[in-house]
Amino acid sequence: MGTLIEAHQLRKTFGEITAVDGISLTVQRGEVLGFLGPNGAGKSTTMKMITGFLEPDSGRATICGHDVQETPKLAKSKLGYVPEGAPSYSEMTTRAFLGFIAEIRGYRGAEIKQRIASAVEKTGLEPVLDQTIETLSKGYKRRVGVAQAILHDPPVLVMDEPTDGLDPNQKHHVRELIKAMAAEKAIIISTHILEEVEAVCSRAVVINRGTIVADGTAEDLLHRIRHHGAVSIRVPTERSDAAIRLLKDAKVVAGVETLGKANGHIHIRALPRDGGLEAAEVAALLRAQQIPIDELYVERGRLDDVFRQITTSDDQKRKTNGEGAGNA
Amino acid sequence: MRETFDNAWIIAKREFRAYFATPLAIVFLTIFVALTGAFAFYIGGFFDRGQADLAPFFAYHPWLYLLLVPAVAMRLWAEERKSGTIELLMTLPVSPMEAILGKFFAAWAFIGLALVLTFPMWITVNALGDPDNGVILTSYLGSFLMAGAFLAIGSFVSAMTKNQVIAFIIAATIAFLFTMSGFEMVQNAVKAWLPEVVTQAISSMSVLSHFERITRGVLEAPTLVYFLSMITFFLFATGIAVDQKKAE
Repeated sequence: MGTLIEAHQLRKTFGEITAVDGISLTVQRGEVLGFLGPNGAGKSTTMKMITGFLEPDSGRATICGHDVQETPKLAKSKLGYVPEGAPSYSEMTTRAFLGFIAEIRGYRGAEIKQRIASAVEKTGLEPVLDQTIETLSKGYKRRVGVAQAILHDPPVLVMDEPTDGLDPNQKHHVRELIKAMAAEKAIIISTHILEEVEAVCSRAVVINRGTIVADGTAEDLLHRIRHHGAVSIRVPTERSDAAIRLLKDAKVVAGVETLGKANGHIHIRALPRDGGLEAAEVAALLRAQQIPIDELYVERGRLDDVFRQITTSDDQKRKTNGEGAGNA
Repeated sequence: MRETFDNAWIIAKREFRAYFATPLAIVFLTIFVALTGAFAFYIGGFFDRGQADLAPFFAYHPWLYLLLVPAVAMRLWAEERKSGTIELLMTLPVSPMEAILGKFFAAWAFIGLALVLTFPMWITVNALGDPDNGVILTSYLGSFLMAGAFLAIGSFVSAMTKNQVIAFIIAATIAFLFTMSGFEMVQNAVKAWLPEVVTQAISSMSVLSHFERITRGVLEAPTLVYFLSMITFFLFATGIAVDQKKAE
């Protein structure tokens, strides 16, 4: 059974506001799905419906084939969930809290100890086992949240901003943990840190205003940027006209942009056609005309740009339609 | 059924321990024992009456419960919602009913513990005279049932708000109304302009009249049904409130 998470046409409104408007997605075993979107786009609401915390107005979600609303206990037993901010019972010690989760998950006696030990080992919680959770640092609190979610080694893991507010080392640790578990689980993580998508996710879904606006690998998303894969070169100013003319005439180049001048050099960008553009081709072209190249590199689009492009173009359209201001 | 019991038990254990995570539990237990004693001796005239019973002790329980039980109940759901742990709890393989029962029984057991700690009163009255211990036992049971009814109200109100102070005040107010509805003052006021049936209905809703009957040693089915249905009704309402409000 490959498909572990399935959401079909999820919809949820809060009063007048439509938080989620028909989201469908599937996640297979071995996939880490990055859930992207601006704040208020509906990421958390969608996750809450997938985990069965919120009942959708329409649509359905299944975990390992179990409908989360019709057979909630079965579905939830296959699920580990780290809600936003990783809430836990702060007056309990880490050990007592994980013990409670283990008991609720149906473990008894020695099994409880085993489960706690394995979750604690994976999340590095040994030093704080007997501290109350309220006294822990943010990083440790987050790890407690992750530990309770992986305690029963669930096939499905849903994490709402698992690295939010952590320092770079802690982020790295959580990401390593996710990567280590990725092979045998289906994982959804929401984030607005785009480097995270490239670091851990095999697929990214961008949502905006409650609908999916993009779905693909990080690489697919980058292709939406026009200068992704463009070749940037720096040539001496006196030869720039020749260089620009040469590139404009070249078949493999879709267009040429001048990016700026500095210290007697000019910075030119050659945009790729669909087939892509090889840095070597550009270099060969220029060398054939003895144009000296000071610098040459292939540009990579930044996910930040894709994100902004996808999630703001929509808003601008609305504004021109006169719906502008309103719900943020 | 067994699973329901297991899960409710696991949650109840956690909740019960949570009361003792702060000094609040000890403070509460001390105040409860001290106040029930003080009321019995100073206001109830325990010695002056010259009777070997605990009537003056139990007579003030409804009034004490008005303030103390909402204090025990206020955190049940409000805290879960405020800290966000409700999202954790409701995505564990636990049904809402199991969570509601677990929390309720933890709070009820806590009040039960407070009642047990008043045992010196019972020892005192047995040392001084020859009381009807059957009546005392029934009264304790009645007091415990009444606390349960107030707790169920408190549980419902706690599920309606994130704010524990508001939960406390509203629960105390509702409990007050249920207590007062049997009071003579209220009854006289109502009798003047409402038909007999309604007056009786209001009176029969009163916690006070049911509790007084029990403290006289009469434990009848209607009284049992009354308290148990209060508990059932408000726990059911808690379920609806939790479901409606959990996302806010």
